Amino acid sequence: MNHRIEGVGTNRQSLIARKMLTYNKRQFTENMTGRTIAMVCAALLVIVVLSITYFIASKGLSTFFVDGVSISEFLTQVKWDPEGEPALYGVFPFILGSFLVTALAALIAAPLGIGAAIFMTEIFPGFGKKVLKPVIELLVGIPSVVYGYVGLTLLVPFIREQFDVLGFSLLAGGLVLALMILPTITSVATDAIEAVPQDLRNASLALGATRWQTIWNVVLHSSLPGCLTAVVLGMARAFGEALAVQMVIGNTTKLPGSLLDPISTLTSGITLNMGNTIQGTPYNNALWSMALLLLLMSFVFIMILRFLGRKRLVK
Amino acid sequence: MDRIATVVLTLIAALIIGTLIGLLGFILTQGWHKLNLDFLTSPPDIVNAGGGIGPQLFNSFYLLVLTMLIALPLGIGAGIYMAEYAPDNKFTQFIRMSIEVLSSLPSIVVGLFGLLVFVNMTGWGYTLFSGALALTVFNLPLLVRVTEDALRNVPRSQKEASLALGITKWRTIVSVILPAALPGILTGAILASGRVFGEAAALLFTAGMSSPNLNFADFSLNSPTSPLNPFRPAETLAVHIWKVNSEGLTPDARDVADGAAAVLIIAVLLFNLSARWFGTWVYKKMTSGSN
Repeated sequence: MNHRIEGVGTNRQSLIARKMLTYNKRQFTENMTGRTIAMVCAALLVIVVLSITYFIASKGLSTFFVDGVSISEFLTQVKWDPEGEPALYGVFPFILGSFLVTALAALIAAPLGIGAAIFMTEIFPGFGKKVLKPVIELLVGIPSVVYGYVGLTLLVPFIREQFDVLGFSLLAGGLVLALMILPTITSVATDAIEAVPQDLRNASLALGATRWQTIWNVVLHSSLPGCLTAVVLGMARAFGEALAVQMVIGNTTKLPGSLLDPISTLTSGITLNMGNTIQGTPYNNALWSMALLLLLMSFVFIMILRFLGRKRLVK
Repeated sequence: MDRIATVVLTLIAALIIGTLIGLLGFILTQGWHKLNLDFLTSPPDIVNAGGGIGPQLFNSFYLLVLTMLIALPLGIGAGIYMAEYAPDNKFTQFIRMSIEVLSSLPSIVVGLFGLLVFVNMTGWGYTLFSGALALTVFNLPLLVRVTEDALRNVPRSQKEASLALGITKWRTIVSVILPAALPGILTGAILASGRVFGEAAALLFTAGMSSPNLNFADFSLNSPTSPLNPFRPAETLAVHIWKVNSEGLTPDARDVADGAAAVLIIAVLLFNLSARWFGTWVYKKMTSGSN
């Protein structure tokens, strides 16, 4: 009798134990499916980046390997005449234009943006945080075509009247881009300056330093990598911007002699000609090579940003 | 020295705010007189004055919906992986690197990639759908980052409570963590919508620079004149502003561009403001219990 009850008991116990110890098959599949879906989505990001690099590179390199243009000629020749006889593929004017316009924009926007960031965090923190910061963050979202359009309707005529030139110029491009990247630089620099520990400021002020001395020697010094990050982010945006620049720079392939001369950039060259050339022709391939240059430049910007980010972590 | 610096910095701040407010004011006042129902709904006129931006406005919104339909599931999926599953290894680092690369690619490069893959290789030609795919590539990094942050901000205790009840990890993510993180994700999605709405360079060579004559009574998905057909070329509002300025033939091109720019600015500001407002509203709603 006793024996029989015990037997039933162990049977039940082992059943329960088995149920608890073995995987619930339905739950197991559910877990695995979910995990796989999430992983596929994440892997997609990698696939997209790799395929962008692959496709643009394979198209862009065909200028050199199929059409037989030499890389050094392509990068350094100043004559761009892809429809001439013989066709000339010197993209140096475009490269120079891109760099000049980016540098000009950064030169104007960096001091202004960082200055505004200091004003918002150190001089009028209350007003800065409540009013200025939200306004500037809103402005980050303004579409670049709008900046280009304003440049076209206000800036270009203004320059034309002031200096008695065409108006479409390096200066107009630099100013439009400066305006466009100002909000970006200001908001990133503000975050970097806000992250400086209050103790550092207090220590400096306790030593008898004035507010400006504190800002210059302590706050700016310790937020330098962050402020540089802000400027490089702005420059990356300026370098890759296409339409806003194209609308105001005049698009000539001659080398500029002054700030008031019209220029071309890599992006404006691509935008204007990609639609009018036939796929697979040397002219078209040369445009893809310019796109490849843009891609490589954005890799360079990322490397600089990563380097600055590591600097910040060390701090 | 201290006083000079204060004055200079204040002047800089005033200059920036003045310029930016002036910019917004300029666009809005220039375009204000064009903002009537007729301009917003009638099709553009290629030669004569008096054309509107109806199809462009519709295309912009439709493209936004299409893009979000594709990008949101992908972005949330990848965000879940990064926040909940990703082990600390080389592959994860590689994904992070990819996100960084994607988010700093010039939009024209994304557009050219779209031209190669979504337009030429698929053989679709310039279509709304190609444009939506290109914009998906463009916005994925933002959505992934926002989702990951939102998921990580959900309190650990909620997750542990669910797991302690014997609920599987995936169920926990889908029915406990994701709903709690939804406000953050939605705020990010609205911000991304603003970007989609204003983007032009990535669309020039994917969605195209022209729009067929749309028949707004035709709702079949296959008809070439149906507004809902995703496989037709579509010019959006932002592209229209660019095109009118660089190759517009109408005598009132400037006027049309003024109106379109004002509409674009208002739409983008609305997206950004609503994201902000929605974020604070949800925050208040969710924390009101503890106050």
